[in-house]
Amino acid sequence: MADKIFRVNMSDLSAKVEAVPEAWMGLGGRGLTSTIVAAEVKPTCHALGKHNKLVFAPGLLSGTAAANSGRLSCGAKSPLTGTIKEANAGGTSAQMLAKLGVKALIIEGLPADESKWYGLHVDENGVTIQEESEVIGMGNFAVVQTLNKRLGDKVGVITIGPAGEMKMTAANISVKDPDNHLRSNGRGGLGAVMGSKKIKFISVAPTDRKVAIAEPEAFKTAGRAFAKALVDNPINKALAQYGTNVLVNIINEAGGLPTKNFTSGQFAGHEAISGETMYDTIVARDGKPRHNCHQGCVIQCSQIYNDLKGQYKTSGFEYESIWALGADCCVDNLDHIAEADNIMDDLGIDSIEIGVAFGVAMEAGVLKFGDGAEVCRILKEEIGKGTPLGRIIGNGAGSVGLAFGVTRVPVVKNQAIPAYDPRAIKGIGITYATSTQGADHTMGYTIATNILGVGGKVDPLSKEGQVELSRNLQIATAAIDSTGMCLFIAFAALDDPACLPALIDMINARFGIKLTADDVTSLGMSILKTERAFNLAAGFTNEDDRLPEFFQDEAIAPHNVVWDISDEALDSFWNF
Amino acid sequence: MRLTVKLFAYFRDNRFKEKEAEYPEDSTVADIIRSLGIDLGEVGVTMINSRHCNLDQVPVEGDQLAIFPAIGGG
Repeated sequence: MADKIFRVNMSDLSAKVEAVPEAWMGLGGRGLTSTIVAAEVKPTCHALGKHNKLVFAPGLLSGTAAANSGRLSCGAKSPLTGTIKEANAGGTSAQMLAKLGVKALIIEGLPADESKWYGLHVDENGVTIQEESEVIGMGNFAVVQTLNKRLGDKVGVITIGPAGEMKMTAANISVKDPDNHLRSNGRGGLGAVMGSKKIKFISVAPTDRKVAIAEPEAFKTAGRAFAKALVDNPINKALAQYGTNVLVNIINEAGGLPTKNFTSGQFAGHEAISGETMYDTIVARDGKPRHNCHQGCVIQCSQIYNDLKGQYKTSGFEYESIWALGADCCVDNLDHIAEADNIMDDLGIDSIEIGVAFGVAMEAGVLKFGDGAEVCRILKEEIGKGTPLGRIIGNGAGSVGLAFGVTRVPVVKNQAIPAYDPRAIKGIGITYATSTQGADHTMGYTIATNILGVGGKVDPLSKEGQVELSRNLQIATAAIDSTGMCLFIAFAALDDPACLPALIDMINARFGIKLTADDVTSLGMSILKTERAFNLAAGFTNEDDRLPEFFQDEAIAPHNVVWDISDEALDSFWNF
Repeated sequence: MRLTVKLFAYFRDNRFKEKEAEYPEDSTVADIIRSLGIDLGEVGVTMINSRHCNLDQVPVEGDQLAIFPAIGGG
């Protein structure tokens, strides 16, 4: 059966199933969510009002046997940035939705009666909308447990926690993973959009259906070559053993680890929060150093981190989350950070935005730098309960800066800058400034080439070559984000000539088409331009593609460098 | 010359995290890596005093040399 568009209108509580318009046929993931948002959402609308739409889309290869293809894209106009937004996550739902024939799920409108909450259920016939009371107010872990009991362990769950219910602009959308834990469509406040539509969760029916493959033999051959390229890639050894947190020590060594609210590039406590220490701790407490966030992942960068008693504390314990509460807030205790990570998973709130918001709050004197116990208290007692302080922090780093009169506020388009200082790693500064979605390292991960020596080498401290590097990576990323692939396939794609052709062969075999590498580049360019056009129509200009001024004024140790990329160079990013 | 060598990730196994030691004058980064029994093919990134360096570079007295395997993430 052909894929369909599943459309839900929350204003009149109706749902329908539509044919896929011709123009959307070749799209998936981010390419599809951004195309739909750009086509159907008024760019100047209020992101939490009735004119915004929330769109979910599995990638082009999701639901197939392709390795690492289980990412779910979610898009809308962002209440945090005011720009178009796409965030993607692992978990089980992308593959389940794809098997049900859901090309995209579009949720529009708002219920007239604000006192009621709803749950959506997706199966092969469409979407049913039911009023919900039992799980309202629950944290995400309890939502998953409750829905597992109600609908069976195999049900897919997409949910918001209390932060999303309260429409905090750092609220995320969480997706159940194969172990009943959570993965997050993290950035940009998409959980608040779901909350504004009064939807607490979307459950996805298990199915025995399979995604149709136009040329099964060709698909198998390409799939094997692709998986081999991923497995053979040399980065996998350290990534699987230490997780993404292997980055703490190398970014610190390079002088690009933002510390104490972006006032230094190195953190004295880096060893205590490093991937090496995390690995030793996990092994000593009988956790799992390796773990996959979705079926078919061959990299396994996730892990299960246990507490002192050997009980589950958190998983998907990422470098950026650990950096934010660790180096940026000067907390040199992994257990405090793990506790905070667990609370943030449960509340459904972005661990990058909130960690950076805490760094700004510490600078304002709301709490002391290094006070991990107080971070956990504020998360539970203030953000979790929606107190005035909790809402100020729960609306992100920019909100904290405004409320307390702090000028050193590391945001672009009001979204917190993550774990790589743009003064010491200049390529990533181009990405933060020019990204269509506010500061976001994943939009064009120049760290690969600036620091890790993947895809060539570009000196992180030089001004040369950074715009071109960021542009090429942002174009490639937009295309990868449309396939349903985990972005970490890029490490193999950048250095192994067998990887990208195998990926394209899989897409061609899946749909019976003949894409070339140039077509894939064109797709990436077209997605970026679609997103940029939405932002321009929403009122953004080149002047918004800038880093906060303190980066130009304050040099950081150890390299004693400032942000010195010209506005003209930044604007030249869009010359393609 | 006296250098501080820092090792990361699994390069630390059965070796050390950080060690100050004497190396022959004119030793290249590659010489030092070989002397530690690390396979050059497994080396991803090397830095001298927090700046990326090549394998044929020669450190000088007092330098800090950091040696990483191939690393990804993000």
